[in-house]
Amino acid sequence: MSEEAKERVIEWVKQQKKTKHYFNDLCKALPEIKMMQAKKIINELINEGKLKYWSSGSTTMYMLPSEGDVAKEEKGMN
Amino acid sequence: MTAKHATPMLDELEKGPWPSFVTDVKRMAQKKEMCQDWLGLMEMSFRDKEGHWKHGGIVGVLGYGGGVIGRYCDRPDMFPKVAHFHTVRVNQPASKFYNTEVLRKLCDLWEARGSGLTNMHGSTGDIVLLGTTTDQLEPLFYELTHEMEMDLGGSGSNMRTPEACLGKSRCEWSCIDTQDIIYDITQEYQDALHRPMFPYKFKFKSSGCPCDCVAAIARSDCSIIGTWRDDVRIDQAAVRAYVGGEFVPHAGAQDAKREAFDIKAEVIDLCPTKCMEWDGKSLKIWDEDCTRCMHCIRVMPRALRPGLDTGATILVGAKAPILEGAQLSSVVIPFLKMEPPYTEFKGFVEKMWDLWMEEGKNRERLGEMIQRIGLREFLKACELTPDPRMVNTPRYNPYIFYDPAGVPGGWEHDGKAFRERHQA
Ligand code: HEM
Ligand code: HEM
Ligand code: SF4
Ligand code: SF4
Repeated sequence: MSEEAKERVIEWVKQQKKTKHYFNDLCKALPEIKMMQAKKIINELINEGKLKYWSSGSTTMYMLPSEGDVAKEEKGMN
Repeated sequence: MTAKHATPMLDELEKGPWPSFVTDVKRMAQKKEMCQDWLGLMEMSFRDKEGHWKHGGIVGVLGYGGGVIGRYCDRPDMFPKVAHFHTVRVNQPASKFYNTEVLRKLCDLWEARGSGLTNMHGSTGDIVLLGTTTDQLEPLFYELTHEMEMDLGGSGSNMRTPEACLGKSRCEWSCIDTQDIIYDITQEYQDALHRPMFPYKFKFKSSGCPCDCVAAIARSDCSIIGTWRDDVRIDQAAVRAYVGGEFVPHAGAQDAKREAFDIKAEVIDLCPTKCMEWDGKSLKIWDEDCTRCMHCIRVMPRALRPGLDTGATILVGAKAPILEGAQLSSVVIPFLKMEPPYTEFKGFVEKMWDLWMEEGKNRERLGEMIQRIGLREFLKACELTPDPRMVNTPRYNPYIFYDPAGVPGGWEHDGKAFRERHQA
């Protein structure tokens, strides 16, 4: 899978003010790529640990591994 | 273990003739301190009329975007054992068949790795394991997959755990093999189940006949409901036996003191499309007008049966009210044979998903998107032909917009040139 495309997604995420992103927000970093294809690219980023999931239980979002802290969530601080 | 927290309000719920979840939790609290704190927290909520659970977060197992729902208590200072109380969804086997050995193993596993409390089953269809801590998630997942050959179910913006009625395993009315269909969808779309990429949740449910025991038409974004396209099978001698009081209607599922069976009042007049006739000797069904509602078959199961040329009707767009009101699924494919490997069905599913991923807004269910863009656009994108069976009521709006592509010969309209000629 294109390393360049993956790089673009991460760069886009880093530039955003928000820390959590919907899947179709991430796709804005890849305007020329079809969503089903973008899904494969984003899957790889998840598998490589370069992005991680955040889920409300009903909706899923994506964030950088450096954001969000399980320890804090567990202390009820998030 | 004596009770750690006094629970006078919860204790009220143990009174009366019904089984009580409080009694169940207290029993588990003998072994698990987590359940003690759970009882204390609930008592506080009942007393103050205020919830203390938070949900959502980044917990989960590696590589999976669903299956675990992070839950936290906002008073860990008072109830430290339920500081985390994550919910785990486990993909139930098709139609929920287990043997007792599996259930025992699952309960043992959950007592070791979680609160011991389960919900068999959640409204989603999954086995719901209630309450564990973050450090237990990976070991639990390992044991679940390696020792029990079970997998997590869906949550978040993914394909949710698909669900089937009993289908051909136990039901003579099943027109399709719902268990095989649901198992096949589960295997084929593993990626959609575990790695959420949709605008929101997406559910498949399959019922073998229009009785719709899993309520697919109300609860799934894509409902696969068994039907037939030939005729209702009629055994005229058995119809006469019902009328003569020899057979008990509704298979006896009624008050024992019921009146004598009245075929006109109980069957003929209740047929929604009025397509049945009874002349005192034989029953006639005008099958071209029958909507396959199953009513007559349910009343006289020994006399009437679904036809033999069976398949499924595919409907889309049901949802419970959140953003918009509740909605039932609408027919988009009136009849599909539904035979393995379900190639035609999957072709449709993938076109539908492509459209929803491209067009759907965040947190917009498929049915809401169709309401927004119109069924016509949906059908076009999925390469389906409009059909009268998709129509609930004839239109009452007299204005019809034709698409040049839909009219033989078509036409071209040059708006600018038109304005040139009609200047006033
Ligand atoms: C292409 C042919 C025609 C079309 C598409 C057409 C369509 C319509 C529509 C949609 C209405 C409104 C109905 C409503 O509001 O409920 C209407 C009303 C009416 N049409 Fe026609 N019509 C056609 C031909 C005719 C002809 C040939 C006559 C008379 C010979 C006629 C007489 C009327 C009258 C009197 C009304 C008003 C009725 C009322 O308000 O209760 N129409 N038509
Ligand atoms: C194929 C051509 C036409 C069609 C399909 C058509 C259709 C209609 C319809 C559906 C209505 C009923 C509207 C309603 O009550 O809601 C209507 C009303 C009317 N149309 Fe036409 N029309 C046509 C041509 C014309 C032409 C050429 C004229 C006059 C030059 C005309 C004059 C009127 C008038 C005066 C009414 C009644 C308006 C009212 O009740 O307020 N129509 N037409
Ligand atoms: S939906 Fe129909 S086929 Fe399935 S269990 Fe119910 S009655 Fe039987
Ligand atoms: S299945 Fe329903 S619609 Fe068809 S004949 Fe029986 S009662 Fe009428």
